[in-house]
Amino acid sequence: MRTTLTAALAAVLCFAPSADAANDAALAEIRAQVKQMKESYEQRIAALESRLADAEKTAAKAEATAVQVATAPPPAAPAAAMSAFNPEISVILQGQYKNMKDIPERGITGFWPANGHSHGDDHSAEQRGFSIDHSELVFTAGIDPYWRGNLTLGIQDNEVEVEEAWFQSLAIGHGLGLKGGRFRSGIGYLNDKHPHAWDFADAPLMYQVLFGSHASYTQDGAQLKWVAPSKLFVEIGLEAGRGSTYPGTDENANGANAGAAYVKFGGDVGVANSWLAGLSYLQTSAKDREAEFEDVNGLAAQGLFDGTTKTWIADFVWKWAPDGNPSDRNFKLQGEYFRRTEKGELDCLDEEGVGNACDPAMSGATVLSNYDTRQSGWYLQGVYQFTPNWRAGLRYDRLDSGRRDFGVNANNLLVADYRPQRATVMADYSWSEFARMRLQYAQDRSMQGVTDNQVTLQYIMSMGSHGAHKF
Amino acid sequence: MTRFFSLLILLAVSLPAHAAFNIFATVPEWGALAQEVGGDKVSVYTATHGLQDPHRIEAKPSLIARARTAQLVVATGADLEIGWLPLVVRESGNAAIQFGRPGYFEAARFVSMLEIPPVLDRTLGDVHAAGNPHIQTDPRNLLKVGEALARRMVELDPANATAYVANYQAFAERLRTALVRWEKQAAPLRGVPVLVQHKAFPYLQNWLGLKETGTLEPKPGLEPTSSWLAGIVAQQTAQPARMVLRAAYQHAAPSLWIAERTGIPVVVLPFTIGGTPEATNLFSLYDDTINRLLRAL
Repeated sequence: MRTTLTAALAAVLCFAPSADAANDAALAEIRAQVKQMKESYEQRIAALESRLADAEKTAAKAEATAVQVATAPPPAAPAAAMSAFNPEISVILQGQYKNMKDIPERGITGFWPANGHSHGDDHSAEQRGFSIDHSELVFTAGIDPYWRGNLTLGIQDNEVEVEEAWFQSLAIGHGLGLKGGRFRSGIGYLNDKHPHAWDFADAPLMYQVLFGSHASYTQDGAQLKWVAPSKLFVEIGLEAGRGSTYPGTDENANGANAGAAYVKFGGDVGVANSWLAGLSYLQTSAKDREAEFEDVNGLAAQGLFDGTTKTWIADFVWKWAPDGNPSDRNFKLQGEYFRRTEKGELDCLDEEGVGNACDPAMSGATVLSNYDTRQSGWYLQGVYQFTPNWRAGLRYDRLDSGRRDFGVNANNLLVADYRPQRATVMADYSWSEFARMRLQYAQDRSMQGVTDNQVTLQYIMSMGSHGAHKF
Repeated sequence: MTRFFSLLILLAVSLPAHAAFNIFATVPEWGALAQEVGGDKVSVYTATHGLQDPHRIEAKPSLIARARTAQLVVATGADLEIGWLPLVVRESGNAAIQFGRPGYFEAARFVSMLEIPPVLDRTLGDVHAAGNPHIQTDPRNLLKVGEALARRMVELDPANATAYVANYQAFAERLRTALVRWEKQAAPLRGVPVLVQHKAFPYLQNWLGLKETGTLEPKPGLEPTSSWLAGIVAQQTAQPARMVLRAAYQHAAPSLWIAERTGIPVVVLPFTIGGTPEATNLFSLYDDTINRLLRAL
């Protein structure tokens, strides 16, 4: 899959017309014909333009008498300063106040801890009280007539993270679009939306278990997509990437460690309804992917996974607005379903020397077993804007830990069988399209035996020239 | 599966160009103008209709699909479509209609813009750097835009150049005749003070000599607040307006609130084709606009 994907991308990249020497004579003839046609057209256009100009002159006289022409200044010349070439810059400010239980190590029961080994992730969604999320700094501009670029930085205390850094084609044509660099993958619906464009203060549980705290799969690689020349919107995308982020791991290797493919369909039903539906596939591989586990006696243990992860996502969005005019009232229904299988090996160890079930003698021994899981989950949400400023929304999340075959390590590690769920309600107020304040309540039962009632008050403010948001 | 995808991609690369000259118009007035110039030589798709707020359109999948096969995009420009068109054009994968290409046409570049803001600051509301984009409310702008559009269509589709020039000339002739009639009809409107809900009509005001005494939106694009509206009502004694104008796509509440408290009539103007049942083409649009204004006197 991986190599064929790379090959397909390479093939398309290298796709250029190659003229055969034997055809040179024929080509020259065609060129001469084209030149002749062009010249004759140019003459005709020139003739027509002079006719047009003549007609205007006479018309202008008539207009001058019949119509009182408003005397307005001529269009202002574009700013000549070098700054006119500066990229569009925007800054997103996002922060919140959160009330929730004090749980030292949060996780989602029955699923691989996507945030790996790092304790105390300071992502604000997991902080209690007041906090600011990372501020987002976005630069976008056309590079030349053929390319456009984007750089999105996430800025936090002592940390600048390159969230996206990509270039995009403008001039390939034929419905083809090529993107390269670091970009949010086109899989699923929510994956390529930044947090400020989300309808709730946090991501659906399914995105948290699939891709970790960023709740989005980011590729360092290339994406090729194609829009079909049909009235029904059909888009097909292929991606190949480094695959260094969860569920994959960074591998010092040639080729691509992650491959993705998706197809999206969309259209309108009458003037009031629009929809988009998609099916996506992501395949990644991991080596020594580490996470914290609990052994059968409640002691800390570590697990290393080697193997392949296959993720399928089905998504749909339905939007309604009276007369197709969303500024007053509108409704958005959105849902996604995923299925993930992981196959490989699990190595159980005792890094902290606590004498857990995998290494009771504290001799540095490890236990290697099969690892085979098949898990699923979904969310469904609806957001209703009932006045130009106010919106309210409901969301329900549900996951199924599914089949978890740990082989012989099932005797050593706690293998939870659980169905995490969460119900969320939110209301938000927007002063303008650039400023929004949101109050959210969630009853979170994503950890077995814990019911966490979470209240979040969040603000999202955007400054500068911020581009349009996707559907 | 990958073989299937590669095949599709190769198929796409080798697909022939479409025979019909496809035009993607962002708003009904440019759709109608393109149809006037193009006649039966073009196939026009209009992305929005008269009851939609042109500032608040979403980059819907259906629009991307239509932009994919267009040879020419006809937009207002001046940032009117900034919330959706750039995305639609980019996502379409259609090289011919990208910004700066001949297949991307902006009407606002060919008319004299009003209300160009001296300062650009979001605290002043949803201001447009290039000036107020609602240029179609003055029909004289259709002559300038129509001429530029005809030129562009001749450039892109030289095979039908004769038809485009002839169609434009015929249209301009009819429009000039209508302009004389409209201006005579609208003479009683000259100097009439009006309130507007959104700054949607500066070109209409400039054409017919209406005098704007205030706006119900405290800042362009911001919803009216009750304290702001109370100020407008108070202003009526010193500077009485004769009517309050609202574009058909806007919601009724603020203008009705003012009408109730001041006793002046609300005039719902079509703003574009399809805004009212009477405004069905580029001529009935201004017929209906003037009739509605005159009835409120």
